[in-house]
Amino acid sequence: MMLLETKGLTRIYGGLTAVNNVDFALPQGEVHALIGPNGAGKSTFVGMVSGRIPESRGEVWFDGQNITHLPAHKRIQAGMAYTFQITAIYARLSLADNVALALRTRKRPLLLAALDRVGLADRADQITGDLSYGHQRLLEIAMGVAQAPRLLILDEPTQGLAESEIEGFNALIKGLAGETTILLIEHNMSVVMALAERITVLETGEILATGTPDEIHNNKVVQDAYLGSG
Amino acid sequence: MSISAKSFALHAGLIAVLFALGFLLPTYHQGNLARIMVLATYAVGYNVLFGYTGLLSLGHAMFFAAGMYGLGLAMHLGGLPPIPAFIIGLIAAAALSTIVALLALRTIGVAFMIVTLMFSQAVFLTILYLGTYTGGDEGFVIAQSSRQILGYDLTHPLTRYMAALFVFSAALLITARMMQASFGQVLIGVRENEERTTMLGYDVFRHKLASVIISGTISGAAGATYALLFGYVGATFGSVQYSIFPLLWVLLGGAGTTIGPLVGAVFMFYLIDYSSGLTNAYMLIAGVVLVLLTLFARAGIVGEIRKRWVTWLP
Repeated sequence: MMLLETKGLTRIYGGLTAVNNVDFALPQGEVHALIGPNGAGKSTFVGMVSGRIPESRGEVWFDGQNITHLPAHKRIQAGMAYTFQITAIYARLSLADNVALALRTRKRPLLLAALDRVGLADRADQITGDLSYGHQRLLEIAMGVAQAPRLLILDEPTQGLAESEIEGFNALIKGLAGETTILLIEHNMSVVMALAERITVLETGEILATGTPDEIHNNKVVQDAYLGSG
Repeated sequence: MSISAKSFALHAGLIAVLFALGFLLPTYHQGNLARIMVLATYAVGYNVLFGYTGLLSLGHAMFFAAGMYGLGLAMHLGGLPPIPAFIIGLIAAAALSTIVALLALRTIGVAFMIVTLMFSQAVFLTILYLGTYTGGDEGFVIAQSSRQILGYDLTHPLTRYMAALFVFSAALLITARMMQASFGQVLIGVRENEERTTMLGYDVFRHKLASVIISGTISGAAGATYALLFGYVGATFGSVQYSIFPLLWVLLGGAGTTIGPLVGAVFMFYLIDYSSGLTNAYMLIAGVVLVLLTLFARAGIVGEIRKRWVTWLP
């Protein structure tokens, strides 16, 4: 069964078509990576899926429902979670207060457990703005995971993470795989190859190819356009 | 002690001290503090919107005036006793804040400030325009004989003080409780990062709407209380000046702190009181002190205390 589908999804900014007529389908439980060069329309696409960015044309279906006209907060309530490409956390609040808003509870053990999934439990009472960028990134991922979403959208989650943190991130996502459907925008190809069951390549707002990591890796068109031949 | 137990102790202790002061203070200061507590109630209401939700209104005088005129006209023209008149004052403020919120919340930032300012001016001019009923500039006095509740004479200094304390305490405890509940935490989320809050699945517009209504209604309760306790209803209370006052009190005391509004109102009141005893140019002294505070205590008095020493302060 498809958890997420888009039909002819299009976004036009002035004269620029950022996303053009994208038909996309994501089965329940899959970890799916969205790759492509800068400006390919990846963030705009997931922005339209999550309701942050209004679509110019087309439809978004989630769990068999047409959600095209639902505002963002209702889509989140329906079971999506979204992490921003540019870290968006509550910088002046503590880590515990951040996850409390994501979890909708103030129960301390639950807050600590949510932070522990990214190894930040011992920093629960620090002010988030005092953390390093990598830790803020991890907090944002923890907030996404804490919502126990059916669809987790991660926009370049490993950007700014250290190698050791990327390993932790990979382990976290592998732990979610199967129960949570994940749509991942990622530039780090080793992360993509380690996590994704299928990959979609976007270029200039259109789908260039979709397939398993092997298929994408061996795809001549993709190699020319994006991956290079190395 | 948990943080919520500490904050309960703080609020209960503050109310106990204010209660005791009612008996200990000389008449002059007792009267001042009664007035300050009513004005601080207004500031508590303002703080819900500005301090906690992060929306800067420049028109809160209209809500204060709605409560004041709601009660005042109901008593003066309608001949109603204080309690039903007070309820009418609350309803007037709640209704006005709902209408203003639905329109003004279509804007953000500077536009929100301007729109609230304009609405407030419209209310102020309406008060003047309907001078036949409102007394226009001069306003009207609510007869001393009608300012009685359950046999208590609200014009008696100690009774008046206790009535002011009662209203202030109610506003303080309600908002403190609200800010500990998840609703209040979401308001802080809206203040800190609106888009993040939306993307955690919260309806930001509804939370802002509720915040304006709660803030406006508490402000209206303060206006109604002011009219009832001090017996005067006048257009001055709907002027721009009275929209700026609560902003100043909250900024001075500490935006987004529960007791900041009271601290700011006390500070400002006595700053003007004492400096006017020293010189005719008292606003110069007040102005310099305000400039110094904004330079060196940007989070306000209670806000700085929280930042530097007592981090658990609610």
